[in-house]
Amino acid sequence: MSTTEKAPLLAVRGVKTYYGNIIALKGVDIDVHEGEIVTMIGANGAGKSTLMMTIFGKPQAREGTITYDGRDITRMPTHEIAHLGIAQSPEGRRVFPRMSVFENLQMGASVNNLAYFDEDLEKVCAIFPRLKERLQQRAGTLSGGEQQMLAIARALMSRPRLLLLDEPSLGLAPIVVRQIFDVIREVNRKEGMTVFLVEQNAYHALKLATRAYVMVNGLITMSGSGKELLSDPQVKAAYLEGGHH
Amino acid sequence: MMMEAPAREPVNFAGLLKDAVLAAAIAFGLFSLLLGLKTDQTLNNQMVLVPRPGLLATVVGLVFVGRFLIGYWQAINAGKIKKRKAAATPLALKIEKYGTAAFVGFLFVYPMMVLGTAGPSGAIKWIDNFGIQILIYIMLGWGLNIVVGLAGLLDLGYVAFYAVGAYSYALLATSEPVKEFMAGLVGPTFWPLWAFWICLPVAGILAAFWGVLLGFPVLRLRGDYLAIVTLAFGEIIRLVLINWVEFSGGYAGISSIPRPSFFGVPFNATESGFAATFGLEFTPIYRTIFLFYVILVLALITAVVSTRLRRLPVGRAWEALREDEIACRSLGINTVNTKLTAFAIGAMFGGFAGAFFAARQGFISPESFVFLESAQILAIVVLGGMGSLLGVVIASIMLVGGVELLRELDFLKAYFGDNFDPAQYRMLIFGACMVLMMLWKPRGLISVREPSVFLKEKKAVSSDLVKEGHG
Repeated sequence: MSTTEKAPLLAVRGVKTYYGNIIALKGVDIDVHEGEIVTMIGANGAGKSTLMMTIFGKPQAREGTITYDGRDITRMPTHEIAHLGIAQSPEGRRVFPRMSVFENLQMGASVNNLAYFDEDLEKVCAIFPRLKERLQQRAGTLSGGEQQMLAIARALMSRPRLLLLDEPSLGLAPIVVRQIFDVIREVNRKEGMTVFLVEQNAYHALKLATRAYVMVNGLITMSGSGKELLSDPQVKAAYLEGGHH
Repeated sequence: MMMEAPAREPVNFAGLLKDAVLAAAIAFGLFSLLLGLKTDQTLNNQMVLVPRPGLLATVVGLVFVGRFLIGYWQAINAGKIKKRKAAATPLALKIEKYGTAAFVGFLFVYPMMVLGTAGPSGAIKWIDNFGIQILIYIMLGWGLNIVVGLAGLLDLGYVAFYAVGAYSYALLATSEPVKEFMAGLVGPTFWPLWAFWICLPVAGILAAFWGVLLGFPVLRLRGDYLAIVTLAFGEIIRLVLINWVEFSGGYAGISSIPRPSFFGVPFNATESGFAATFGLEFTPIYRTIFLFYVILVLALITAVVSTRLRRLPVGRAWEALREDEIACRSLGINTVNTKLTAFAIGAMFGGFAGAFFAARQGFISPESFVFLESAQILAIVVLGGMGSLLGVVIASIMLVGGVELLRELDFLKAYFGDNFDPAQYRMLIFGACMVLMMLWKPRGLISVREPSVFLKEKKAVSSDLVKEGHG
């Protein structure tokens, strides 16, 4: 593949993260190349979200390095990481419930001081027509799916090069999950956005992925292209039985 | 629950009666000893129990009737679904828009109006006790509103900054070295006349500094934990003021603090005093009126600054921080700086108010900065509706003005005897108000949050429709 010749946009090397004395990540290696959708699947408590938060510097990795675009960001404070062009849509959506959709989007753009706000607002509204209808509505009154769309839209407002999505399908109806994943694919194809996605919904996530990793108990146990993992008997047995459709 | 019964059900009187009897029984159990018996002394200093069956029966009867009526009212309203008044929400904003201008105008003519109707001697009470007192609390409420209402940091020790401001002014203005230094610099009369105007910004800056100092250790705390630490902070400041006698005078406080001058013209009966300078007959009312305008302007500055700040990135960051700290961080907002600025700016206005308070009283002691003050300021903010400037005004008038009005109810002595002091019941009324508020308007009097940015037109959604944000 041509992407492997270039240095990865995000490189996680031997990262170990602890909560107090409890080890959550036991030495994780991940590559995310420009233009890819990389997904990580794993069960509850495998350490997926911890990895996501470690990339964002809260909690910080005790060992190992995280490099983004050639810079070491392992020890960087969270708010500075956001200024480097990494945006995160955190687990559980976390929109600002009492602020309007418009204000939420404005908060997303605060990294670049609203310089491109109007332009980006139009772009985001084109991707999420539902949000356009509800710009003046309080975010707390949106449905779960709309809130997830808003969380992704808010992350996009900072013009990121790398979009981190933590379980965007959490608690959503299957049809809404499909919509969300369609949007992620669209953003990747049209804008060339690099996406790193953490998911429990393995079927959809793997279908979407350029490459994928499987995490078990704080360690990467498998990696490969999305198709490879989808047809892998072990993955099938552990994550796809019961049919996520 | 109200929405579950579509058809009107007949009122269940037996059930109501049972409820009421139960309530009356509980009331009897509670009050039989509390109210039913009174201890008294005989002439021989013996204690005797005086039974009061009449009073007990009245109270139990009231509980019975009250419970029955509430139950009946609930029963006849059970089937009705309350219609939300769509028009009510924009109305609140409209009042805020036009009402504000009218209200500020009214405040500017208020002292003159009172002076005209009550005369110089009667007006002092209305301008000082009602006007100035309420305005101080409005200003404190607006200052605390930045910390609690906008940034969502529950601060139970706000009075500490009020104290810092008051003591900063009092100590600087009465300090001999400063006085001598200024006398050497610009002449002996300068410092007593100008101390207030020079110390006012200094008091604000010092309070802001203490705000940052409090902010640092509590950066990682939220909600109840933050509340406890700020509560302790307020108490520490007060206890230091009590115990560090050489510094603050301890319980004795600081007296003969210079009063503010009319920009260099003192309010006294001398030749160079305010009355003589402007060819008026001397009365103490001029100082009171001047103080009224000073606190009015200070309060308006607080209001203008906090409305402006809300529309700036820092104000948006405060509100976002109130809503969700984790989301803030992932959006690249420096939560440390955001919290510290909220603490500092909130504290600064507390400091201004404190300096004004010291100048108005002429005497301060730690007694003025007890926890009850913090609680009252917080109650004003919560009662008014977090984040609403107009709400703070209404709540201040209700809580502060209401207590003052209680003192006016002398005619009640005719019914309850000469020992009856209505002002003693203020905490009871205060508590009852709070309970009623939580029942009817749990998000405060003005619970509409006006968006700080608009696309085309102003539009607000009542916060009743939104689930509670945490924090």
